[in-house]
Amino acid sequence: MEEFIVTEKLTKKYGDVTAIDGLDLKVHAGEIYGFLGPNGAGKTTTIRVLTTLTKPTSGRALVNGFDVVKEPDAVKKMIGVVQQHVSLDRDLTVKENMEFRARLHHLGSSERKKRIGELLDYVGLTEEADRLVDDLSGGMKKRAMIVSSLMHSPKVLFLDEPTVGLDAQTRRRLWDLIRRLHLDGTTVFLTTHYIEEAEALCQRVGIIDQGRLIDLGKPLELRQRLGLVTVETLVNNKETRYQYFADRAAATSYVQNLPPEAKTVIIRESNLEDVFVELTGRKVGAD
Amino acid sequence: MVTAFRDIYSVLWVDLRFLRRHWLRTLATSLVNPLLYLVAFGYGLGSGIRFDGYNYLAFVMPGIIALTAMSSSYGGAGLKLHVDRLFYKCFDEYLMSPISLFSLAVGKTLIGVVRGLISTVAILVVGVLISDALMVTPLFVLVLVISCFVFSFLGVLVGLVAKSHQDMGTFSTLVILPMTFLSGTFFSLSQLPEAVTAVLYMFPLTHSSLCLRAAALDQPFPWLSFAALLGFGVAFFAGCMWALKKASV
Repeated sequence: MEEFIVTEKLTKKYGDVTAIDGLDLKVHAGEIYGFLGPNGAGKTTTIRVLTTLTKPTSGRALVNGFDVVKEPDAVKKMIGVVQQHVSLDRDLTVKENMEFRARLHHLGSSERKKRIGELLDYVGLTEEADRLVDDLSGGMKKRAMIVSSLMHSPKVLFLDEPTVGLDAQTRRRLWDLIRRLHLDGTTVFLTTHYIEEAEALCQRVGIIDQGRLIDLGKPLELRQRLGLVTVETLVNNKETRYQYFADRAAATSYVQNLPPEAKTVIIRESNLEDVFVELTGRKVGAD
Repeated sequence: MVTAFRDIYSVLWVDLRFLRRHWLRTLATSLVNPLLYLVAFGYGLGSGIRFDGYNYLAFVMPGIIALTAMSSSYGGAGLKLHVDRLFYKCFDEYLMSPISLFSLAVGKTLIGVVRGLISTVAILVVGVLISDALMVTPLFVLVLVISCFVFSFLGVLVGLVAKSHQDMGTFSTLVILPMTFLSGTFFSLSQLPEAVTAVLYMFPLTHSSLCLRAAALDQPFPWLSFAALLGFGVAFFAGCMWALKKASV
């Protein structure tokens, strides 16, 4: 499979703090790659390096074969970036923001008009075209950011925590939009600390902790490696223990042989959060 | 070359949209200070004074135009850039796009120049109406445009390197404010001890007001100050390029 993003021993240090620590990544062309990790794991720094905003301390990063440090202009032409915060000009309208991005990417006047119309329609923002960004709801702002970053038809879209702070309904609409982009052939690199987001969207998930990639695979594979069924047991009313099993039969037989001080047993499907906790000893989302 | 011009205009375009939306507010706020100076110093304090053979109003007008060029250009170029960079963080969008740092620096400077020229032209109209000694010569216009560039470069530079809102405030209080009052804007430098004058020559506004006054009142033109003003412009622009290089990969 063709590799679209490759990093080799990528390292970024800020003084004594190591944000990325010898990261080796391979993102396939056309996939939705999820970068899962707690706050401060190095997700945003990785995106900043891949999008030419931050210079790595050592190692290298390639986007479609172009080195982000040596050939930043070639990289810039093929990336679209949706940052975590609202990075649109809030004093301009949605349409003006889109036009601005198109101008920065050298789209001609007729192409700009055509593309703005198409994209607004694509994300259902046509009615909002002439509203100031500042007056939009959180979900609309995010959609406006996505269409602005798509103006120059990037080959890869970076989404940094795309659904943080959005309500459940808006989040699902955005997921559908991301799936649609994927179906249209865009490679998607998204960071998240929402387990369900990674499970719902990503073909492959890389788990990052303290700047290192600690596991990688399809969400199902990662769960299979751990055990698809989880048993939660409350021991002495204070400590919850987790055990993982390949199937329900194995889990049930374990539960039947539990000692009497083990109470409140839950048998459920394992999720990526279990994978993460087992790998790092920490909960996702915890600082 | 064509690409560079197109990119410069693309950068300017955003700020022009902003200006178009807020033109009245922008113009009003940038005119309050110079009009206050004009009334307080030009009419209030200075009505009975003569300076270098001119009535005070004629003398102070070029100084007020110089400081208007400074504050409008500096603020126009620097403040929004600073807010976009540190608070809204939308400045990254420029750095992630395939435009050159040169185009970015010039584009961001031009909005300061545009705003500086709008404000100074408005004050100039008032000045020509109230003082018949004031002459708008080609040299005057040239110095005015160069001054707007110099202070816009300074605005972009400070907007790029300031690490916080406090930094911007500190620079305004420690550099811009003293410059406003001391750079020969309201009085003649010849009245000051030489040691003080030597310090004041380190301010670009001093050279700007010296040149503007000479051009407006048909005095011998201080070419050395003109060269110094150009030097400040080159230095500030080099600073902008350095800051942008530091901010990008």
